[in-house]
Amino acid sequence: MQIPDSLKTKAEEIIFRYPEEHRVSALVPVLFEAQRQLGWIDNDVEKWAAEFTGASSTKVREVTTFYSMLRRQPVGKYLIQFCQNISCSLTGGLELQQHVQQKLGIGPGETTEDGLFTLKYVECLGGCSWAPMMLVNENQYFQLTIEKLDRILDGFKSGNPVPPDEPTPLLGNIAGES
Amino acid sequence: MSTKQALLLSRNFAKTKQAKIDVAMKHGAYSMLKKAMSMKPDEVTAIVKESGLRGHGGAGFSAGTKWGFIPKDKFPRYVCVNADESEPGTCKDRLILERDPHLLLEGALICAWAVRAERIYIYIRGEYFYPAKVMQQAVDDAMKAGFIGENIKNSGWSCSVHLHTGAGAYICGEETGLIESMEGKKGFPRLKPPFFPAAVGLWGQPTIVNNVETLAFVPRILEIGPDKFAALGTPRNGGTALYSLSGHVKKPGVYELPMGTKMKELIYEYGGGIRNGNKLKAVIPGGSSSHILTAEECEDLPLDFESVAARGSMLGSAAVIVIDDTVSIPQLMIWLTRFYAHESCGQCTPCREGTDWLVRLAHRFADGWGTRKDIDDMFELADSIDGKTICALGQAVAWPTKSYLQKYRHEFEALVK
Ligand SMILES: Cc1cc2nc3c(=O)[nH]c(=O)nc-3n(C[C@H](O)[C@H](O)[C@H](O)COP(=O)(O)O)c2cc1C
Ligand code: SF4
Ligand code: FES
Repeated sequence: MQIPDSLKTKAEEIIFRYPEEHRVSALVPVLFEAQRQLGWIDNDVEKWAAEFTGASSTKVREVTTFYSMLRRQPVGKYLIQFCQNISCSLTGGLELQQHVQQKLGIGPGETTEDGLFTLKYVECLGGCSWAPMMLVNENQYFQLTIEKLDRILDGFKSGNPVPPDEPTPLLGNIAGES
Repeated sequence: MSTKQALLLSRNFAKTKQAKIDVAMKHGAYSMLKKAMSMKPDEVTAIVKESGLRGHGGAGFSAGTKWGFIPKDKFPRYVCVNADESEPGTCKDRLILERDPHLLLEGALICAWAVRAERIYIYIRGEYFYPAKVMQQAVDDAMKAGFIGENIKNSGWSCSVHLHTGAGAYICGEETGLIESMEGKKGFPRLKPPFFPAAVGLWGQPTIVNNVETLAFVPRILEIGPDKFAALGTPRNGGTALYSLSGHVKKPGVYELPMGTKMKELIYEYGGGIRNGNKLKAVIPGGSSSHILTAEECEDLPLDFESVAARGSMLGSAAVIVIDDTVSIPQLMIWLTRFYAHESCGQCTPCREGTDWLVRLAHRFADGWGTRKDIDDMFELADSIDGKTICALGQAVAWPTKSYLQKYRHEFEALVK
């Protein structure tokens, strides 16, 4: 893939965060940003990231294979990351997994034929008190039910996304005071 | 004590636009940084030590003591804020990042002042897109306001703050894995001892790694004083804590309560008790890495580091996962072992191979193939990981696994073919 100027600009911004002699520290954040802009990391992106940060090409490959959010193949337009860890599974997550699979006609790791959705089961997303939760691309959704899930997926499908739960709603004893 | 508890750390979470610097400053943000900067760095460290503030990332180490470990003459020094929050059950740092980012920044800056650090990195997990966005804005605003950067408030001290995004790896929450990751590598934890990050950390330099919540408490300690802070909790467990309550309670949520609040009080008085009229079966008290406690073991249990340890488990990140009597422990075992197998960095053979085998054995019970020998094999496998690995992820899987097998062996036996 071509490295767009928008990525080069952002990469300069990122590398500025580290001392010049430690440019390689920017590797993961730069790859992460590349993926945000381009959707995935191909050989050209790896090569560019290696040159840009001064990392060897083997180092870069080690990194792209180690971190589970970095991917070396494209995904659908909307990547669903659904939490499969304990708190979510205890509170209805398993039924929701079934539901998503049926609704989209795909299993985990698969992409719908229209290229719209990819489904991925992931570990704890740090939203356990608001379980079950998922991310769709960069959007966080909490307290999922079948009804809410349908609304969210239909929203993306029709180009009318349901606004994400930002900020995370207050629950517990910190909710009351203001 | 079931009356409404006054909030300390989280008292501004519900305020509108608290993430904006002008609003935060109206509520006192950065006034404690100014106060700290009027003191000698070592005085600040001494106050934090006196307060009894313990690490809220999992290990519960005294924050002030850690700051005191920085070697005398070695510069530059760094502070890494651990915002990796990925211990299953834990979801409190998210709120600080989203709801009161300037409180965290102020705490991190006070820490940097205390240890004379020149850079602060906030290592934030890749999945925290929104929290990272809020945090970046806060950093930009604090820089414009002159709390970050060159010659802060004409003190002659300069300190920069930067975000560093992770990309999906639980092991990067382990402090040396975090540092390796920050150096552009795989998050392979380092062997410690000999070197702890305070002496040899980021780029070989002295580095303080503290959890988000730990640092966010620091401005409050300066505000109310170390004695008052210490008095809120139990001996050697200063202040309050953000308990992440999840699972089968009627009112899950993040609760800020004094250290040493009773488990049953958290579950029944704050959490509203068990959902759907079911019965309490067990509790995971400190994130998925902690030993499971039976309902009986939760009786009269103060949630502080020593008390939970005395009951054979750990407070960890104070992530309390409540489990009712509809849950089968062998099922829980599948979720547990799958997580650690996925997150093992693969460096140590016992952890890499052992976690994989544990998952396979756990599945045998669910699939109806389990044998009595498998139960013993699982226990032995867990034992062969325990204490024989580079980092604490080994224990983090071995301890709960053993506790499930010990306390609920009959449930595995009932599934034996
Ligand atoms: C496998 C593993 C994962 C960890 N994950 C986190 C984490 O996500 N966040 C965190 O603050 N500490 C985590 N820790 C604890 C850190 O190693 C370290 O103790 C902590 O960041 C120190 O800060 P504190 O003293 O303020 O708690 C983890 C430890 C281990 C062994
Ligand atoms: S114990 Fe596991 S996670 Fe920790 S260093 Fe060894 S292999 Fe990696
Ligand atoms: S278990 Fe699902 S968000 Fe933590």
